[in-house]
Amino acid sequence: MEMVIPAFIVGGVICVIGQLVMDLTKPSFTPAHTLVAFVTVGGVLGALGLYKPLIELGGAGATIPLSGFGYTLANGAMEAAGTRGLLGALSGGLEAAAVGIAAAVLFGYLVALTFNPKG
Amino acid sequence: MKVKRAGNQTVVFADSPVILSSYTVVGPMEGRGPLGKTFDQVWPDTLNKEKSWEKAESKMLQEAMQGAVSRSGFGKEQIDFLLAGDLLNQLISANFAARQLGLPLIGLYGACSTMALGLAVAGMLIDGQFARQVLVGVSSHHDTAERQYRMPTEHGNQRAICAQWTVTGAGSVLLGSEGDGPRITAATIGRILDFGEKDTNNMGAAMAPAVADTILNHLKDLNRQPSDYDLIVSGDLGKVGLRLAKEILLKSGVAVGEEFSDCGVMIYDAAQDVHAGGSGCGCSSVVFAGDILRKLRAGTFKRVLFVGSGALHSPISCFQGESIPGIGHAVVIEG
Amino acid sequence: MGNQNLRPPTIAVTPEEYSQMSMKATPKPTMVKNMIWAFGVGGLICAFAQIMINVFRHMGLSAKEASSTATAVVIFLGALFTGLGVYDEIAKRAGAGAIVPVSGFANSIVAPALEFKREGFVTGMGARLFTVAGPVLVFGIATSIAAGCVYYFLHR
Repeated sequence: MEMVIPAFIVGGVICVIGQLVMDLTKPSFTPAHTLVAFVTVGGVLGALGLYKPLIELGGAGATIPLSGFGYTLANGAMEAAGTRGLLGALSGGLEAAAVGIAAAVLFGYLVALTFNPKG
Repeated sequence: MKVKRAGNQTVVFADSPVILSSYTVVGPMEGRGPLGKTFDQVWPDTLNKEKSWEKAESKMLQEAMQGAVSRSGFGKEQIDFLLAGDLLNQLISANFAARQLGLPLIGLYGACSTMALGLAVAGMLIDGQFARQVLVGVSSHHDTAERQYRMPTEHGNQRAICAQWTVTGAGSVLLGSEGDGPRITAATIGRILDFGEKDTNNMGAAMAPAVADTILNHLKDLNRQPSDYDLIVSGDLGKVGLRLAKEILLKSGVAVGEEFSDCGVMIYDAAQDVHAGGSGCGCSSVVFAGDILRKLRAGTFKRVLFVGSGALHSPISCFQGESIPGIGHAVVIEG
Repeated sequence: MGNQNLRPPTIAVTPEEYSQMSMKATPKPTMVKNMIWAFGVGGLICAFAQIMINVFRHMGLSAKEASSTATAVVIFLGALFTGLGVYDEIAKRAGAGAIVPVSGFANSIVAPALEFKREGFVTGMGARLFTVAGPVLVFGIATSIAAGCVYYFLHR
């Protein structure tokens, strides 16, 4: 299976960075802060053209972490800005990430309807 | 008028109020802990067939208070005041539990210190001759507290190693002016001390200075030594806070050893993965109304100093970067 | 920290000394163990997603479609395991290994929604769905718009 080992390593390393951020910055940095930081950093790296090489190297290892979500948003906005101008810059990010966001809302709502919290 | 005070912060009861009866209800995890056998009722899960955790906590408190009343042999009409508190906004557990009891209610908020505060106020009401019998009931619930103060319970995050686990439990005590049982002989009302701790996962460290301050003032006001007590028990500093409180006392010239313990350390054992121990006002209330009262009645302890400790922050104050105000209230109980 | 000069504390420790004492007494996170767990679990989630991408590619999906579908499946599984009450148990050990992948994003959506269901479907579940995910979307979308605008003005 191609790319599985690189995906494991790249994904693992990105998560270790997240763990370091969480452990070294406690208590002010919550998991919410970590998630926001990853999306933003992913977006900025994407805009600078530095995240794409990481995806080529690690495949899902770079797209599945939340930084990949940030990259998808930023990349979508930039591609749309190139073809459709400023309106594309506004809409492109959400268009590119639509599957992820819609899936999260849909599954989130369905699961919340189906299950009860265990505590 | 004869003033029943000693020193700066302590009241000394002339006719010491008696602890007539007590009753405790806890959740499954507390039931599995080292004090499991000392509780009157252990629930199989934290919901116990109620529709929500908030309802369950209220029910738990109600059962504890009714248990204490029925055990005492007094009728409801003979109880003059109900002092109740919990951790939730607007004291909803206490208010809804009191809705079922129909007693004149005084709501108390002292966070984890509520049981000690309730005992002190009940003692003053009785010795002040404003009441003959006073019921005190205090509860906390892990899942209701967790979602009010921290994160939803199913949210995946790593709890800090210094964090304490909110106890699911309710303890109730009935005090009277006459009868047999352990007596409350003095109480030291604490003041807020805030030494700048901002980490809500480290409440023990936030409360330790206030607890040490109250203990020092108590000893000074009554001119006593730690050795005058068989047990000094705080509730609930957890492992980190207990260690810090001992260090502060030592630096202030009072050495305490094994006789200084903590309800949050006593209620769980190390294998239960609760990190620094228990917390929440249910913790000190069930440990006091269970294990400590039992040992006082049995004569194992002659005189105990019970120091409730509270971290009086709110989620909003923490988001705004405020540090955590701590408080400690001490009550002397003699067997 | 408030002004405590009115009646100074009885304890013979200053707040400055105390913050030193408190730092020494507070146990530190078990960094190495946490990092190993984060690496293992985070890596496994990504490797699993990569296997799915490979399978989807094999079934004839384009690279982009395969990647999106795999992301959706990981989100679904994250939501499902949260509902079953096991995701928080995994995250307790794995830490960032479970929080940083998109399944952690799904967890952050489902966990509050699940818990606030009892406060109603609109004001409880619907509103709370985005307690943690909301900021992620806000900052993610804001970054993307900024990136798009910068790109537009540089390449005009």
